[in-house]
Amino acid sequence: MSEVSFVRTEMLPEQAPPATTVGFVGWIRHNLFTGWFNSIATVLSMLVIYFVLSKILPWMFMSSWSAGSLHECREAIAAAYGEHHEGACWAVIRERWIQLFFGFYPSELYWRPILAFFSLFVALGPVLFAEYVPKKLIWFTAIFPFFGAWLLWGGSIWVPISAILGFVLGYVAYRVITPILGSLAGVIAAAAVPVLWWIALASLFASSLESIIPLGIEAVESRKFGGFMLSITIGVVAIFGSLPLGIVLALGRQSDLLIVKALCVGFIEFIRGVPLITLLFVASTLLNIFLPPGTNFDIILRVLIMVTLFAAAYMAEVVRGGLAALPTGQYEAADALGLDYWKAQRLIIMPQALKISIPGIVSTFIGVFKDTTLVSIIALLDPLGLLAGIRADSNWNGIVWELYGFLALIFFIFCFSMSRYSMYLERKLQTGHQ
Amino acid sequence: MTTLTDPPKESFRLSMLIYDTRYRSMTIQVVALIGFLIAIGWLISNTANNLAELGKEPSFGFLWEPAGYDINQRLLDYNSQSPHIRAAVIGLMNTLVVAVLGCITATVLGVTIGVLRLSKNWIIARLMTIYVESFRNVPVLLWIVFAMAIITETLPQPKDFRGEDAIATMKLGDSVAITNRGVYIPEPLFSSGIGDVSVFNDAFEVSLDLMAILALLGASLVISGLIKKRADQIQAATGVRPTTWYARLGVIVIPMAILLYVLGFHLGYPELKGFNFTGGTHLRNSLIALWLALSLYTAAFIAEIVRAGILAISKGQTEAASALGLRPSRTMNLVILPQALRVIIPPLISNYLNLTKNSSLAIAVGYMDLTGTLMGITLNQTGRELETVLLGMLVYLTISLSISMVMNWYNNSVKLRER
Repeated sequence: MSEVSFVRTEMLPEQAPPATTVGFVGWIRHNLFTGWFNSIATVLSMLVIYFVLSKILPWMFMSSWSAGSLHECREAIAAAYGEHHEGACWAVIRERWIQLFFGFYPSELYWRPILAFFSLFVALGPVLFAEYVPKKLIWFTAIFPFFGAWLLWGGSIWVPISAILGFVLGYVAYRVITPILGSLAGVIAAAAVPVLWWIALASLFASSLESIIPLGIEAVESRKFGGFMLSITIGVVAIFGSLPLGIVLALGRQSDLLIVKALCVGFIEFIRGVPLITLLFVASTLLNIFLPPGTNFDIILRVLIMVTLFAAAYMAEVVRGGLAALPTGQYEAADALGLDYWKAQRLIIMPQALKISIPGIVSTFIGVFKDTTLVSIIALLDPLGLLAGIRADSNWNGIVWELYGFLALIFFIFCFSMSRYSMYLERKLQTGHQ
Repeated sequence: MTTLTDPPKESFRLSMLIYDTRYRSMTIQVVALIGFLIAIGWLISNTANNLAELGKEPSFGFLWEPAGYDINQRLLDYNSQSPHIRAAVIGLMNTLVVAVLGCITATVLGVTIGVLRLSKNWIIARLMTIYVESFRNVPVLLWIVFAMAIITETLPQPKDFRGEDAIATMKLGDSVAITNRGVYIPEPLFSSGIGDVSVFNDAFEVSLDLMAILALLGASLVISGLIKKRADQIQAATGVRPTTWYARLGVIVIPMAILLYVLGFHLGYPELKGFNFTGGTHLRNSLIALWLALSLYTAAFIAEIVRAGILAISKGQTEAASALGLRPSRTMNLVILPQALRVIIPPLISNYLNLTKNSSLAIAVGYMDLTGTLMGITLNQTGRELETVLLGMLVYLTISLSISMVMNWYNNSVKLRER
């Protein structure tokens, strides 16, 4: 009897899925044309994109790069592309971009802000990309604040050196006094000695050394700062000043000490309750009234202080969010191990709380960098302040899109890369449970 | 056998203030308080010395002196002889106007964009991402001055509307004129209105027509609410919901139409007279630029909040609602939104707060808000920088703190009751 099977004994080869559900066509059907509503939406958005691009691309590319004024620009475009074509006049960017980046900084000294900018990245290396750069570089990071300021403002090299010396003296005092009088006295000495040094002796030290060994670079006044250089200076100082200050404020707000807590809450809520512009008015008009008669220090320094305080209040709230998000068990475990308050903060609480608050911290950074444009209202020459001058120039009167578009692009590049970095950092530090 | 003994009584020693944790916190607090008081005292004495040197006496008397400047965009009567305080109030109202307008448009735009960013349609989701990223990553001040520059440089001038072959024409059936000086829209007029009444010793004129309309609207909304409540009760009792939409709509529309007819409501259209438009309501270019830029900028943030709020609701909620047999629209209204709003509202309100604070950038485009009047021209004319800036900060602080109070109240009312 021959073997009869009523069921197929061997598997059929798998058939390829229908052509309309895979590959390019499948992707299009799945993402763009599912149902009539989506199809209409897709077609409409394509029309919008086409409309926008058909306006922007010819304007961008059929443009003029070399002209001395808007009028010449228009003539050149009319000659090249016909009477009715509207093209961009990039000549204004070509003529003024250096000014937009450096303000009125002396042009033979441009290497200094550029060097400062790149050494900023070298200094940030150990902090931002710790696993890719040598550990020794952290020393450069430590001296960068002084080095960068010295490059920008110039002057005698003894001034930053005497400022650094304050920290060194503080450390020495801590080391000397702790074995003799105990750790608390050591901490007090470490705080008091540098302050005394800076108030009483630092300037004398710097000026006497300067008279013995004059060593320095040409000094540049603050009012010559401008353009993106000014924005970046204010932004970087505010960002790195506000982080430690914000952490201290957040700890103060979370602490059990009633008076300290009240002071911190008052400061944070006050700063967050008023617009930055009013604080800048304080910097430009009131700070001189609040300080001892005869004090008259630089407007950029005043703005730096105010923007840093402003950012610190926001940073404090972000860090507080991180502290609050930490499970109570972490605090209790730290207590159970017998760690004191500062050890617990440094070893257990802060590393976790800061990690949680990275997105908030970076978005505060971005906010601060964007807010640096506000200084144009109190007549500092940041990019927006310079722009008003360019638009008032009779050669370029009537030019709008090119200039604002250029500024918006530069700001976008800075802020967008910061936000991408924060995403990278979040992924890198992601250790926990999904 | 061991007996429990009291620990040896320790007498208080001065060093315990530092080395004993029981007393150390007290020491720290006292030191902080003393330091704070010294700092405040130092600032105040400096201020007093400086003011004495400048020959200024801190006083708010200048607020009742004539301001001597004009404000072009105003909700209340004002002329250059009015006192500074009135200028400040007008400025405050302008701040609130742009803040409220901005919050409304930003919310509408932001919610739409946030929902569309989650769309399954690839191209729409990408377009919305581009919008959000490009508006969030550029300073709001840049957007404000950019909007102002576009309006003044590219829109037609009022004189372009003149003549037989005018370059520009009015929109929407000759009722709206969009010019580089601002937008002229029809204004509501009442031919047989009840008139105005002055309050607070002629400080403000309150339009009775407006009051009547608002009162009627409020009453209609209450009645409409009652109808809904009754429908809810019927549904709870019988399971069938009576159709009420026409009654609820009618109770609002019909009395309002009658009132408007009685008051002789009509629109006053803007007309081109001479070199400019007259009649109608003039929304100045500065207001338009500020409003547009603030709402577009804030909308990008609101979109992200809405997106995060919707994503925060787990998918199981939707599936459970479907399993119960709820339709998609009811799933959204009864299950997803109430939970998402708990996540969305607090950051939303803090964005409203940011918008209000950012409206102080009005000074960059010459919109006369609180910063422009009190901390701008009044400061420059009277030279009272201490008083004006402190007063302005106080007003902003009051606005912010009241908004935060609303937020805290809301947070407490929707807090999950944990057992």
